[in-house]
Amino acid sequence: MAGAASALFLLDIKGRVLVWRDYRGDVSAVQAERFFTKFIEKEGDPQSQDPVVYDNGVSYMFVQHSNVYLMAASRQNCNAASLISFLHSVVNVFKHYFEELEEESLRDNFVVVYELLDEMMDFGYPQYTEAKILSEFIKTDAYRMETSQRPPMAVTNAVSWRSEGINYKKNEVFLDVVESVNILVNTNGQVIRSDVVGALKMRTYLSGMPECKLGLNDRVLLEAQGRTTKGKAIDLEDIKFHQCVRLARFENDRTISFIPPDGAFDLMTYRLSTQVKPLIWVEAQVEKHSRSRVEIMVKARSQFKERSTATNVEIELPVPVDASNPNIRTSMGSASYAPENDALMWKIKSFPGGKEYMLRAEFSLSSITAEEATPERKAPIRVKFEIPYFTVSGIQVHLHKHNYLFYFMISCGEWHDLYINTITCSIDPVVHPPSLSQNCFPLVLRFPN
Amino acid sequence: MSGHDSKYFSTTKKGEIPELKEELNTQYKDKRKDAVKKVIAAMTVGKDVSSLFTDVVNCMQTENLELKKLVYLYLINYAKSQPDLAILAVNTFVKDSQDPNPLIRALAVRTMGCIRVDKITEYLCDPLQRCLKDDDPYVRKTAAICVAKLHDINAELVEDRGFLESLKDLISDNNPMVVANAVAALAEIQDNSARPIFEITSHTLSKLLTALNECTEWGQVFILDALSRYKAADALEAENIVERVTPRLQHANCAVVLSAVKMILQQMEMITSTDVVRNLCKKMAPPLVTLLSAEPELQYVALRNINLIVQRRPTILAHEIKVFFCKYNDPIYVKMEKLEIMIKLASDRNIDQVLLEFKEYATEVDVDFVRKAVRAIGRCAIKLERAAERCISVLLELIKIKVNYVVQEAIIVIKDIFRRYPNTYESIIATLCESLDTLDEPEAKASMIWIIGEYAERIDNADELLESFLESFPEEPAQVQLQLLTATVKLFLKKPTEGPQQMIQVVLNNATMETDNPDLRDRAYIYWRLLSTDPEAAKDVVLAEKPVISDDSNQLDPSLLDELLANIATLSSVYHKPPETFVTRVKTAAQTTEDDENAEGSEAGYSESSAHTADGAASPPTSASNVPYAGARQPAPAPSTSPPAALVPDLMGDLLGMDNSAMVPVDQPSTPASPPLPVLLPAATGQGLQISAQLTGQDGQIFYSILFENNSQIPLDGFMIQFNKNSFGLAAAGPLQIPQLLPGTSAATLLPMALFQNMSAGPPSSLLQVAVKNNQQPVWYFNDKISMHVFFTEDGRMERGSFLETWRSLPDSNEVSKDFPGITVNGVEATLDQLAASNMFFIAKRKHATQDVFYFSARMPRGITFLTELTTVIGTPGIKCAIKTPNPEMAGLFFEAIETLLKG
Repeated sequence: MAGAASALFLLDIKGRVLVWRDYRGDVSAVQAERFFTKFIEKEGDPQSQDPVVYDNGVSYMFVQHSNVYLMAASRQNCNAASLISFLHSVVNVFKHYFEELEEESLRDNFVVVYELLDEMMDFGYPQYTEAKILSEFIKTDAYRMETSQRPPMAVTNAVSWRSEGINYKKNEVFLDVVESVNILVNTNGQVIRSDVVGALKMRTYLSGMPECKLGLNDRVLLEAQGRTTKGKAIDLEDIKFHQCVRLARFENDRTISFIPPDGAFDLMTYRLSTQVKPLIWVEAQVEKHSRSRVEIMVKARSQFKERSTATNVEIELPVPVDASNPNIRTSMGSASYAPENDALMWKIKSFPGGKEYMLRAEFSLSSITAEEATPERKAPIRVKFEIPYFTVSGIQVHLHKHNYLFYFMISCGEWHDLYINTITCSIDPVVHPPSLSQNCFPLVLRFPN
Repeated sequence: MSGHDSKYFSTTKKGEIPELKEELNTQYKDKRKDAVKKVIAAMTVGKDVSSLFTDVVNCMQTENLELKKLVYLYLINYAKSQPDLAILAVNTFVKDSQDPNPLIRALAVRTMGCIRVDKITEYLCDPLQRCLKDDDPYVRKTAAICVAKLHDINAELVEDRGFLESLKDLISDNNPMVVANAVAALAEIQDNSARPIFEITSHTLSKLLTALNECTEWGQVFILDALSRYKAADALEAENIVERVTPRLQHANCAVVLSAVKMILQQMEMITSTDVVRNLCKKMAPPLVTLLSAEPELQYVALRNINLIVQRRPTILAHEIKVFFCKYNDPIYVKMEKLEIMIKLASDRNIDQVLLEFKEYATEVDVDFVRKAVRAIGRCAIKLERAAERCISVLLELIKIKVNYVVQEAIIVIKDIFRRYPNTYESIIATLCESLDTLDEPEAKASMIWIIGEYAERIDNADELLESFLESFPEEPAQVQLQLLTATVKLFLKKPTEGPQQMIQVVLNNATMETDNPDLRDRAYIYWRLLSTDPEAAKDVVLAEKPVISDDSNQLDPSLLDELLANIATLSSVYHKPPETFVTRVKTAAQTTEDDENAEGSEAGYSESSAHTADGAASPPTSASNVPYAGARQPAPAPSTSPPAALVPDLMGDLLGMDNSAMVPVDQPSTPASPPLPVLLPAATGQGLQISAQLTGQDGQIFYSILFENNSQIPLDGFMIQFNKNSFGLAAAGPLQIPQLLPGTSAATLLPMALFQNMSAGPPSSLLQVAVKNNQQPVWYFNDKISMHVFFTEDGRMERGSFLETWRSLPDSNEVSKDFPGITVNGVEATLDQLAASNMFFIAKRKHATQDVFYFSARMPRGITFLTELTTVIGTPGIKCAIKTPNPEMAGLFFEAIETLLKG
């Protein structure tokens, strides 16, 4: 069952090798390049786009990031999940080092790239991917010192994500909650699926090896403590923790205890699949007149309490590919035609609860269309907005009809300046496209993402 | 933190190499470093800078860590091509491995392990020994992996020097990273060894479970993967293990979660309490669902695994079908996999919602996805009897949209629905017939024609409909022709009127005279004969009741499923194939029974599965073997199982389909042969007929030496022999000459054989399937093993020079090696003679420490060359055989052959 990568390739957008590291000497760059260039050529064939592909004795796994492909090759039955997540970690490490991971930055830093590939993986086994710690002993030219460094303790420590000896004058912790809501609405306007994916984003600037604890008002926990859970508790469907959290301890007594990495990280992500009412409901009606003109009427209604206000609302409405000559009127905000996305962008700076705004747009269509009924592209309507915490009553994000209460306890107790930052909800439901092939139709809603 | 290394790539001046040489030898540190960077840059873009070897190695002795790393990198790349010069680096390596800085100690050992040159390897042992006991955990964790590297290069060395023991000691190391790497190394070594090396006891188990809480995410994966092989002693222990593993389900890293799921599923097999099992299923569901929020590539791996998990434990995600609904922006490969799982989870309870989804997908733009969605509706209809009617009405709605490929796909699945529920939904035929003209894909056409033929009596104008196809009969693909033939015969039998009678005449003429497709011709002849001799018998055959088809969505064979579940998260679970079918770098060269070309993970699809039935036998997809049922797709056979029974019809098909000249009648006296041959068909199986046979090579000609023994009570005559398609295309080159065999007599013959006659597709296999028939008994099938050495030709001898040149010119990826621990070479001369007798020609010999290294060349027809290196200590068991060949896919077979030869 054991297995590891034979080699790791960084390839350009055409599949040519930029940099590669051979770990086992049984897959050559020529072989990999030949496979991958051919593979990219025939892209469009969905069967061949699988991210795990077998070719001539070698299995290739790859991910893309901007104009670079990262690819692992193996001749064994290796752990595909591990190698693919490793590739994503490599992306993050490179981004940490070069800000942008792209062809140019890899060329500009090939020496460091080689060093990192040597450190992050050994004999095809993923070893170490904490960017912050790596940058303590593998540095780019600008920061390089002549004296040779030693491996930081963290590389082999149980606490592999934090260096020792960090010191801040002012100890600070920031905590953000960012949630996105995915809602799926069927043709009849019924919400058939909705789930909330949230992340507890932390930024810690703390000295030493701080022991932190975070409590949440999870129903199981409160009940275990014999406390009433009336109205206040939430049911998290699934929680995932950053590797700094002691999982066994959480399993035991539901305490989230950890020594945080320095700086920003996602302490925890969670998922709820309880029914959520869309916060901003968008209805679109499309009318096609005589194949040469299309009229779109959109209603956007905020379904949250009046004392809250959504900000930076962006509604992206798909329009036919051949639309031109836009004529747009809105009752609020501004709208512009973005032909590069085949969409109409409607922006509303501030959208208070319980309001309804309208948009009306008219486009010309090229009158020549294919006779045959081909299905039209069905892009979704996307809605993006934020509702800042303070406008929502207290910490209870009652928009979701769930109450989130995060209280912070830091066991060392020496810091007084703890900031709990605003809790931001970035909610991002997407409305399904009205199919434009019919003259008049009821709202078709579908919310992926 | 951005660099400007790109400047090193641009050396435009002429004479780059001499210039670099000069710079490398300068006394200025900075200039030297820049020069090394330029060399590495050149290496990166694929230029050959191996000629600078000495100059680069001279820069190795440096305090500058960055420069050192670059030189090491250079060594990893070029040491193999300059093995004699590589020795120059040894001193520095050994010195570095004792450097006060742990970073350098580790670097030295790590790099030495990557250089696969014997001279370096020899000197690696001492530093490695030290580093395994180093004070610094960073060095120890690097040394642990290095043992696996050394084992890969020279397994004996690892055992002789006691590295395995040191590695096992590291399992008790106080540093979790060291433990994790030691586990990874041991697991790999175990995989490549036949004897037990790394056995997990309950003691190591508890140590590893403790380390699990403390090591990095990657280390956790190593440990979980290794532990999933552990078999708990009883239910209680299994429960304890599971309890300690479940917290991992909360880990942010998907790989940790999947490996934890694997381990829990393995232990669950031991747990008897249904409550505990139910509880575990409940616990695993949310983490599995969360995997679908990961990056799409990971989602894909997760979905392929979930596909397996729901086959074994359908309850886990029974209520979660909604999370598999496709999102607009899912990549197509994710959508396809979600669809598969939706079919598996579809039930009477959720089918309405699922159908709404499928219907939605069927109107999207991506053609393949749309087709799969339509097929999915059909599969649900076949799976859920109570929902069949709703499925059909959705299909009819889709047909009304009149998108061509949707209509065609719908007709294909409706045909299956008719097969599944006979006499239930035929009322919709009229609607289907409306789309007749738009069909242009063979499968859709064939399906429609099958429907018309099958229900000819209910379709008033069936004859007209079929007639419209007949005009183009000669141009139709084979699949459609076969269906037209059968449908016309059905029509004729059901409505024996004038019209159909004329049609049948036309079709039979066309199918027998105008075609060169043997399947079609044979089927037509059979019909013709049936119709002309006994029309009632024809009815019994052609209109016979068909077996009911069933849902195939849980198509994996249980034993294969077990194996795949034990491999969760690995490639095997992504491909849905057992590891030995695609792993090419195994020491115990495994036989591949599967067509590797299909490994892209597409075989789970319904349509592909029917193609799968055929590809093993390399006969055309519409094999004549299932004449009356050819219109129906059969449940896919599990990929791993190819029992002889399944092969029979295909082989039979080949027998019938082969050109008659290949069938060899027996009427001439035999020429007896001497040595005892292996029995391939025992008398007990062959109703008294015993067949022994073996391939032999004599004077450059290949023969199949066969002995027939008649132990039955009756005389046997009319012997014929036929070989199924095989990797070497072996076929009889002359007639089989066996006289009538009276009871109690035997006859032997040498059947001349020809190569490359009927090649089978797919990876090389030593399997030779033989069919023998006579006038008295049924056809006998048996399997023989092709030993490759019989093909080695006398022109395989090579000059030393050309041997070396060929060896160098082949890339390393063409090198394959294997150990034969049980074989001993006692006499050099005898062995060489023995090999030479089989056309394996001795090239050279050299002494290497206590070992002798021999080089041989061998060649097969078509110029397939094998360059062989045998390493052994004379008189001691154990031979290492390394080969280089342009055809590495043949390596497995070659090793089999050489093993046979060496065993003598």
